[in-house]
Amino acid sequence: MSRRAVRYWTARAALGWLALTAGQVVWFVLDRHDAGIAHIIGLAVTVLLAAAHLAVMPRWRFAVHRWETTADVVYAQSGWVNRERRLAPMSRIQTVDTQQGLFERAFRLTNVTVTTASARGPIRVHALDDAVAENLVAEITARAGAAEDDAT
Amino acid sequence: MTDTLDTATEVEWRKLSPKMLAVHPVQEVVRLLPVLVGVLFLGREGHGPTWSLIGLGLAVGFGLIRWFTTTYQVTPHHVRVRRGLVRRRVLSVPRDRVRSVDLTSHILQRVLGLSRVVIGTGRSDKHDEGVTLDALSVAEAARLREELLHQRTVAAEPATTDTAETSLAVLDRRWIRFGPFTLGGLAAVGFLAGIYGKVSSEVDLDPEKFGPLRAVVHEFNAIPLPLAIAASAVVFAVVIGLLSTIGYVVTFWNYRLTRHREGTLHVSRGLITSRSTTIEERRLRGVEVSESLLLRMVRGGRLLAITTGLRVGHGAEHGGSLLLPPAPLGEVQRVAREVYPDGAAVTCELTRHTPAARRRRHLRAYTFAAVVTGALLVLHALSGFPAWAWQVSLLLFPIGFALAEDRYRNLGHALRGRSFAVRQGSLVRRRHVLDTDGIIGVTVHESLFQRRSGLATLTVTTAAGKQHCDALDVGAQEAVDLADRAVPGLLTPFLR
Repeated sequence: MSRRAVRYWTARAALGWLALTAGQVVWFVLDRHDAGIAHIIGLAVTVLLAAAHLAVMPRWRFAVHRWETTADVVYAQSGWVNRERRLAPMSRIQTVDTQQGLFERAFRLTNVTVTTASARGPIRVHALDDAVAENLVAEITARAGAAEDDAT
Repeated sequence: MTDTLDTATEVEWRKLSPKMLAVHPVQEVVRLLPVLVGVLFLGREGHGPTWSLIGLGLAVGFGLIRWFTTTYQVTPHHVRVRRGLVRRRVLSVPRDRVRSVDLTSHILQRVLGLSRVVIGTGRSDKHDEGVTLDALSVAEAARLREELLHQRTVAAEPATTDTAETSLAVLDRRWIRFGPFTLGGLAAVGFLAGIYGKVSSEVDLDPEKFGPLRAVVHEFNAIPLPLAIAASAVVFAVVIGLLSTIGYVVTFWNYRLTRHREGTLHVSRGLITSRSTTIEERRLRGVEVSESLLLRMVRGGRLLAITTGLRVGHGAEHGGSLLLPPAPLGEVQRVAREVYPDGAAVTCELTRHTPAARRRRHLRAYTFAAVVTGALLVLHALSGFPAWAWQVSLLLFPIGFALAEDRYRNLGHALRGRSFAVRQGSLVRRRHVLDTDGIIGVTVHESLFQRRSGLATLTVTTAAGKQHCDALDVGAQEAVDLADRAVPGLLTPFLR
């Protein structure tokens, strides 16, 4: 993972929480009933949850996420509360894609997705440095190309 | 590449059978029958019926256009289907990717000697019709199947194929006793309810205005509640049982499983709609024994193929991967041994999961029961929801206990030789037996709660069947060991 991933995850989560808070504020302002206290409690809870989530999630996730390739295998570990480890043999790999959203581009991060012939279990390597992702794709493409049987 | 293009221009493009022009309009009319009945006999003011008729006209029209625009071709390397009037599409499939050929013909098509052909390829796109030819003449369809799966380019005379086939299983009339336990009737009841809903919404049918029905409703209101519940339960059970049995006979009449000398398995069945599926045997990655709770009570089960190129998932019976209809368990195991090389894995003893897995099953059942009861209790306290609702939901606890216990007992896995076997489920218990050669990836999933009790879910992914096969709640270390043994060398560099 790139170290910038922590900032990226924080920013992305913060955006979601901001949207929620904004919605609550709008509701507060527009609400004609006298329920000010309920609104303020609601807002406070949101802010507390957001703070906890933003403090814990990105770092925890960064500690969990990792990936590795050898001559025969691609391996990736992801998640934070729920963890997942995925492996696929090089010989079974069908496609390698990279995706980069607008937001990810701002942080110069790229995701790599490796698929096999199974609809289940594409391997996703999140938030890599652009250059690292490029190398990874080149490496997997070269190795997977050598194999023949895709076990379909 | 150039030679395939050259041959593509040489080989003729074939058309669908012209008889389809006769079948298609009738098919559309039947499908919209409830609407038509509403329009013709109970016509009302308003534009609803008019639109229905216009829709029908369009549907028929499109069917006719389809015949003129759909052509297909079989070259030495590819199967191509060309369709579309305005937007032309050519779907091209390499012939060595053809895994299965599925022929179905409903009653009308049978009368006219037509068959709908679905060619299964290795891809697992479920939202695409893929290579479907609706419809060809029976002889043409059979010839196409021979051509694609048995690599005979010359027209084969269908009469000789019988000698090349050995029979593996035939429908035994005694199996029909499993009919009531298949619950196929539930779907039929749902279907009838759907038709009733459609008709009544078109013509404003009210049960209160309909004589006999009103009499039944009044009679029913007169008897005491517990008796009424018991009576309707019995009636419901009998109706479902009866419909399920009829459904069983209709679906599986003439069932036959045969093996062709050229290495294909052939399943044919059906009383009204006949269906015949041919699967390439070397693509068979495993088998699934599926026993619903009801079937388990009478020691019955079904056998399904885990193979690439067949549609699976919801209603696998419709998807053609069914190898054996509900039948005695012994028969299921016998057929499994016949079709799957390592048949012993279908019957072998499974490793039980740890007590932690059992605690998780129970905890989940009680959590669900507690949440439902709690919610109903809160509703009762706050908004005057009737008290019997939460009292009845207390029953969820003993039911949850029984289900959890059964679910735990059914959990199991085994890895012997080249087969990976897992079993899970209670309402439907499934045992998947998968050839380890078909495994193309491994996923180990641990939720927070699973980590706390040292468990993990091991998923092996495959290109066949449902694309994956899970061993639920095995020990975390055991999951790694299993994966390592199933796919030797795959994990060694990492998980230790």
